[in-house]
Amino acid sequence: MADEALFQFLHNEVIQYVYKSAENGEMENGRCVSKLEHLGFRVGQGLIERFTKDTSRFKDELDVMKFICKDYWTSVFKKQIDNLRTNHQGIYVLQDNKFRLLTQLSSGKQYLEHAPKYLAFACGLVRGGLSNLGVRSIVTAEVSVMPACDIRIMIKQVN
Amino acid sequence: DHRQARGTSINNSELFTLTYGALVTQLCKDYENDEEVNKQLDKMGYNIGVRLIEDFLARSSVGRCQDFRETADVIAKVAFKMYLGITPSVTNWSPAGDEFSLILESNPLVDFVELPDNHSNLVYSNLLCGVLRGALEMVQMAVEVRFAQDTLRGDNVTEIRMKFIKRIEENLPAGDE
Repeated sequence: MADEALFQFLHNEVIQYVYKSAENGEMENGRCVSKLEHLGFRVGQGLIERFTKDTSRFKDELDVMKFICKDYWTSVFKKQIDNLRTNHQGIYVLQDNKFRLLTQLSSGKQYLEHAPKYLAFACGLVRGGLSNLGVRSIVTAEVSVMPACDIRIMIKQVN
Repeated sequence: DHRQARGTSINNSELFTLTYGALVTQLCKDYENDEEVNKQLDKMGYNIGVRLIEDFLARSSVGRCQDFRETADVIAKVAFKMYLGITPSVTNWSPAGDEFSLILESNPLVDFVELPDNHSNLVYSNLLCGVLRGALEMVQMAVEVRFAQDTLRGDNVTEIRMKFIKRIEENLPAGDE
């Protein structure tokens, strides 16, 4: 859809901007990825706020995760995730075989080293969404063959 | 299911709008003054525009416009509708037919946005000017685009003014800024 294309163009420009305004060097890559993740986090918080202010409807962590994996993911990334795994101890792995923000980049292993740039914002979106639903987490992504990726959510348990 | 009540889906325009807002906020942090932010937004818009035009032409199968009036109509009725879900009106044509206004009753970029007091020179939606400029350059038109009115700055409507400068020769390369 056209509006999705518009977002992807903007997303690309945001990535270019963050990397252009950094100095060159290995360390900077981490900083840029962090910056992108943080931007995604803010946007994710905003999206959830507009989506639902009613957090009391979620009974428990699993309920929240189901919402994130189905409603939220589908609304934001325009398709359902292909697989969800959990160890029932706070780690969830979402598998998307055709992640929308990677399809433009390549299929296969070309440009693999650039994949993290294109996933950072999305990880932030997930972390931000969870955050506004009362769940603190660490969200990372792994890619071995594009455009498939695994988004790994580690729930920070409250002791 | 009680979740079928209103506000049960996020549409992509919110993702775009919120991402744009986060970008503007970041730029305001990174740059000293509003003029620099405006320039940066214009540059980024330009980079988007030079690619967006291909996407647009592929989706819309609009043919080559015969004149600037037709271009204006296509921008307002096809492009804006397609990407931002709004149809601005085309008005205020100059006597020479080389300048017109797009009047936006509502600007989807500025939902829930308020300009803080210390950013009175910020042209929040300046990305759009760059997008239009970059896109039209790819179809051989050099134009100047600016915001003449902005609801964020207290005006009643948002008005984008577009002026045709000249036709660009096809063999001149254009690139990223």
